[in-house]
Amino acid sequence: MIEVQDLHVRFGGVHAVRGVSFAIAAGESFGLVGESGSGKSTVLRALAGLIPGWTGAMTLQGRPLGARRDRAFFRSVQMVFQDPYGSLHPRQTVDRILAEPLAIHGLSDAEARIRRALEEVALSPIVRFRYPHQLSGGQRQRVAIARALIADPSVLLLDEPTSALDVSVQAEVLNLLADLRAARQLTCILVSHNLAVVAHLCAHLAVMQQGQVVEALDVASLRAGQAQHPHTRDLVALSRDLEA
Amino acid sequence: MTHPLVEIADLRVDFPGPNGFVPAVRGVSLTMGREKLGIVGESGSGKSVTGRALMRLLPPQARVAGSLRFDGIDIAAATPRAMRKLRGARIGLVLQDPKFSLNPVMTAGAQIAEAWATHQRGSARDARDAAMRLLEQVLIRDPRRVFDAYPHELSGGMGQRVMIAMMLAPEPDLLIADEPTSALDATVQAEILRLIDRLVSDRGMGLMLISHDLPLVFRFCDRVAVMYAGRVVEEVAAKDLHAATHPYTRGLLDCMPRLDAPRARLPVLTRDPAWLA
Repeated sequence: MIEVQDLHVRFGGVHAVRGVSFAIAAGESFGLVGESGSGKSTVLRALAGLIPGWTGAMTLQGRPLGARRDRAFFRSVQMVFQDPYGSLHPRQTVDRILAEPLAIHGLSDAEARIRRALEEVALSPIVRFRYPHQLSGGQRQRVAIARALIADPSVLLLDEPTSALDVSVQAEVLNLLADLRAARQLTCILVSHNLAVVAHLCAHLAVMQQGQVVEALDVASLRAGQAQHPHTRDLVALSRDLEA
Repeated sequence: MTHPLVEIADLRVDFPGPNGFVPAVRGVSLTMGREKLGIVGESGSGKSVTGRALMRLLPPQARVAGSLRFDGIDIAAATPRAMRKLRGARIGLVLQDPKFSLNPVMTAGAQIAEAWATHQRGSARDARDAAMRLLEQVLIRDPRRVFDAYPHELSGGMGQRVMIAMMLAPEPDLLIADEPTSALDATVQAEILRLIDRLVSDRGMGLMLISHDLPLVFRFCDRVAVMYAGRVVEEVAAKDLHAATHPYTRGLLDCMPRLDAPRARLPVLTRDPAWLA
């Protein structure tokens, strides 16, 4: 479904991503873990077409991705950002926010789609005519997820979708993402610094450090303590330390 | 007769809202000595407001009732002058994001030296030497470089070390750390907390660690107060975390994904209205 080959991204003199490669099958969830500055979000943004000037090769469903993406790409690939406070237009109602992707992609039947989208993310219909500042963090993240799903994408890119939320709300959003993924057969990439969150949602993951993938493994071996690279082991140790 | 370091009795804080006053803290009582007390709760539980009230740093429109004592001093009755002698000198405050709490146009060294000179007697040279010593104490490998660096030239973890050095300069009795590591990476987070832990133990200070991160607080504190909707619902010794009984505490512990125990679905916290009572 998605293939990334030898991806490099440079920002001026900073070589942020240095030769990252991975492949994801359709319907699979893939996790990218690393600390800030490791390049994990940059990989996601390059894939989403938000960063110009990358080199390497990326393909989606066998078609190579260029510098400019067509409308079909933006319909099939959607992104959810970390900060639900920053990613929703503060002066638009939820209704307007959800209508935007429909207008962009020329989809008819807006009324029914918006109602269905809200229902799907378990938001009450009252929320539809509220502004983002009238919603809680968890509700806002649900709106962001609804906006991503309203144009029926096949790929969902999640950039730290629960890092700004309380743990109880995080549990609700993670459950919601798991349900939606199963119901819609979505292919997901989840970027997070939290190993336990990635392990919960993904079957495979890659650990990044200083722009490179230092280790790629499946979650079963991670849980079984079979990580090889010292950085992965550090992250596992920290995660377990706090669980004890 | 020695007083406990902090005595909070029936603290109530209300903020004005469009439909009258909204309670943020609803009758919190806490006593702490020179120990490490954690205050945990979700956003809006009133944990930060409790910490701010102790330093009298709440906005003027907030309505505060109840009794707050620091080392026997009545915070509500203290004059502004007495409060200035307390803040910084005897109670230090470390906030979440060093990017916002450091002065962007002063070098790290100058800020620490200023904090030192405000509360201690000595020449500019003494202040400078003290700042350099403090930078060494917060385990900065190259204190000379950091001394002359501006906050934007420092990483988040480094900035937080500078912040801690600044707060330790007047040698306070109590350090209030409000989400000190929430803006940092997991590995840096552990380093900073170990550093705070060591400095607090070495100096025999009290630490009030305010955080939303339950496991983290239990890992680094002696005693933990769990707050929900403006009240302390449970107080437990950190070593008895597993014996925590309140359904809210249990729920918070349960709903986190874990590496060692995969689960198909995470249990979701059901909030019992009775917890508000």
